[in-house]
Amino acid sequence: MLKILKYSIYDLLRSRWSYVYFIFYLILGFVLLFLNNDINKAIITLLNIIIVLTPLIGTIFGVMYYYNSKEFTELLLAQPIKRSTIFMGQYLGVSISLTLSLVLGIGIPFVLYGLFKSAAIFDFGLLLVVGAFLNFIFVALAYNIALANENKIKGFGYAILVWLLLAVVYDGVFMILAIKFQEYPLDKFALISMMLNPIDLSRTLILLKLDISALLGYTGAVFKEFFGTSLGLFISLFVLFTWVLIPAWLINRKAGRKDF
Amino acid sequence: MPIFKKYRFLLIFAFGLYASVFSQSKIITVCATCEVKSIKDGVALAQDGDTIFIKKGTYKEHLITINKSVHIIGEDKPVLDGENNTESIFTVKATNFSISGLHFINVGMSYTKEIAGIFVSKSENFELKNNIFDHVFYAFIIQSSSYGVLKNNQIKGESKNETSSGNGVHMWKCDHMRIEQNNISGMRDGIYLEFVNKSHIYNNTSEHNIRYGLHFMFSNHNEYYQNEFKSNGAGVAVMFSKFIEMHHNTFHFNWGSASYGLLLKEIYDANIHDNVFEQNTIGINIDGCSRIDYQKNHFIRNGWALKFTGGCYVNTFEFNNFMHNAFDLSYNSRLNDNKFEANYWSEYNGYDIDKNGIGDVPFRPVKLFSYVVNNTPETLVLLRSLFVDIINFSEKVSPVFTPDNLKDNKPLMNPIDPIKD
Amino acid sequence: MIEITQLYKKFGKLTVLDGLDLTIDKGGVFAVLGPNGSGKTTLIKCLLGMVIPNKGEVKYHDKSVLKQWKYRNNLNYLPQIANFPANLSVIELIKMVKNLRPKTANENELIEKFDLQPFLKKKLGNLSGGTKQKVNIVLTFMFNSDLIILDEPTTGLDPIALIYLKDLIKKERDNGKTILITTHIMSVVEELANEIVFLLDGKIYFKGSVTTLKAQTKQENLEHAIAQLISKQYQPNHA
Repeated sequence: MLKILKYSIYDLLRSRWSYVYFIFYLILGFVLLFLNNDINKAIITLLNIIIVLTPLIGTIFGVMYYYNSKEFTELLLAQPIKRSTIFMGQYLGVSISLTLSLVLGIGIPFVLYGLFKSAAIFDFGLLLVVGAFLNFIFVALAYNIALANENKIKGFGYAILVWLLLAVVYDGVFMILAIKFQEYPLDKFALISMMLNPIDLSRTLILLKLDISALLGYTGAVFKEFFGTSLGLFISLFVLFTWVLIPAWLINRKAGRKDF
Repeated sequence: MPIFKKYRFLLIFAFGLYASVFSQSKIITVCATCEVKSIKDGVALAQDGDTIFIKKGTYKEHLITINKSVHIIGEDKPVLDGENNTESIFTVKATNFSISGLHFINVGMSYTKEIAGIFVSKSENFELKNNIFDHVFYAFIIQSSSYGVLKNNQIKGESKNETSSGNGVHMWKCDHMRIEQNNISGMRDGIYLEFVNKSHIYNNTSEHNIRYGLHFMFSNHNEYYQNEFKSNGAGVAVMFSKFIEMHHNTFHFNWGSASYGLLLKEIYDANIHDNVFEQNTIGINIDGCSRIDYQKNHFIRNGWALKFTGGCYVNTFEFNNFMHNAFDLSYNSRLNDNKFEANYWSEYNGYDIDKNGIGDVPFRPVKLFSYVVNNTPETLVLLRSLFVDIINFSEKVSPVFTPDNLKDNKPLMNPIDPIKD
Repeated sequence: MIEITQLYKKFGKLTVLDGLDLTIDKGGVFAVLGPNGSGKTTLIKCLLGMVIPNKGEVKYHDKSVLKQWKYRNNLNYLPQIANFPANLSVIELIKMVKNLRPKTANENELIEKFDLQPFLKKKLGNLSGGTKQKVNIVLTFMFNSDLIILDEPTTGLDPIALIYLKDLIKKERDNGKTILITTHIMSVVEELANEIVFLLDGKIYFKGSVTTLKAQTKQENLEHAIAQLISKQYQPNHA
């Protein structure tokens, strides 16, 4: 698997897209710091961007890489290599190289700006962890979509649809339900809803670290009580892991049954 | 002037002689080895105008009653230990007196009685300064008095809950008071004022009190300025009062699910300017207040900078900075009778083609999301989600739920200068 | 050496392999023929493990290949369409494939033979179809394996390269290798094939030598013999 991983990363490092992504984050990091001059504020802005863009880029990049490396995959399939090795290697290759772009792209400007001396380093670390998780989750979803669709256009379409569902529609449905049932106690419902969607969960995790929970009144207390404990954090990370593992397992299953 | 300079010493000497001979006031010294060993004895010996000088040491006394014009001065902060008796250490009913330089400890707690380090009633012209209070139920209780000064006192409590704790400064039915340069922390309310008029509160620090840093009820024509209110359980509450000047104060880190920098309830004709509200859950909670001018205040990184709850009319907001608040404004009704003009909003992203420093398109500080959150607080968990950005944008383009005329027509392109005091 | 029993494969509603049985013994060139869409490539890909059959068994050296992968180290495959990662150079690709197989390779000899020296540093995306096919051939023949599977190996080759390819195939045959080849060029079949495997309707319709086929179809010309086999597909079967 390491060989495949190596070749995938090698292949990605040669494609200009990972550089575009890296440079995008690099510029973003610098611009944010120069405009704000305040690491804490930059982190909030960064949060907005990471929560929205990382999943989108992960999805599109994942689908694109699958279709672009179809030949490579077919070549590998005729070699004495296990199927799951090929696909897991590629999946990890894409996820890791995207995560590297993210961590380096954002990390470099922040480190240059004196992050290590700042108290924000923990929040920043959490932000990167969450960004990495989102990468792994959405690349896995993208690979599933691409494996299920031979047609590129369809594949891209579904990928964007999945992103839209999780990033926008889910929240919209949640809001409508919350407004509709506002007479009932909603804090548990809100908590569970936010736990189930990786984008919402990531956002909530970071916002609570930035102590936005006070704005939430009673619901905030419930959230704080949950996420503040190590059990809550453990469960959150477990949910994020599950969001990586299930799609990754599905990749294996789908790839094992697919004809090339 | 050389002549005056030459005879200055003589002049002062002559005046001193006059004072000691003709006023006949005397100094009574109290200490463990002195002739007068207790403060109570000292007070009993004293007459109007006398000074009681308390030397360093510990005095286990309480219920020291003062009803004459004496000056009690502590040297090197002698300790007055109330031994947790449910009686005040000093109870005063006098004019022209002062108590200073003492260290009060262990004033007992009671659920039925108001017990203080210094309990003053029906008094006039007094000064209470440079005292320290530790473990006291109340530090000062002042009733039906006027022309008093509370200056440079350090009050430190370890309050755990509201019912079993008292206030730092507690005033009731007073006027012309000055509360200045005090440091109050860990009490129930830092400063509690009820029916207090024409008074000045300034240069105080009130922090980590479990309820309010400053609590103001039915008190008119007061001015408070250059105070710092920090990390109080609920913030500062100003209620049912008129003609109040609030300026150059700092309200910060009042962070909690029911906290605010400043709560205004039924306040009329006030001026609020040059204050800083930083990192409070709610910067100012405005409930049924009218004819208030807000100018040059700084709202920085609050949850809500301004939250209107009750009907508020004819308020003006000009030249304020709204920077990086989760919500700049939360509005409870669809009608607007308040004026927002020429403020700086960090979220404003309009343009200024004629370069006059004023944005060419109006800014709408109320977002649809803040309207939704008002009705269904749980939806706040969606804060900073893409969906919220989308609905806010659509509302911005065509307002349906938020007051159409609630906008700043002259939003500033650059923040106003930070205050210099 | 290869034993295929009762192999079924459907793509959606389309049945491609319909209970196919095939045994191939060690040694010799086997031409897999059949009309378009008869399942030649599918059959090969089943053998390679790239297509998963619905039913049936595929054995290589008496072991099932289904869900296995190690056996592929002992076979070489030349895919029908030479699609390679576009941003790799020729030499990188060769090195990579070598790296992926725990086997020694004699690529230099082949590179020389097909005159690929000038292209080694070029990106695969910039090569012509013929050159790509040459690279494809190098990748296939550089390893020493018992089984060589060639799917339309002649596509895009110039006459000289074609001669070299035939030589290569003959050499491997003489070394006792088993070679499966699909092609539409009958001259290649006639020249090289020891046996013909003819697929029709997802089954083996004919298996035997070229002479047997000619005798059976009463045709002198192989092309006509094949054509006759194919034409049966279009006629109602009265038998």
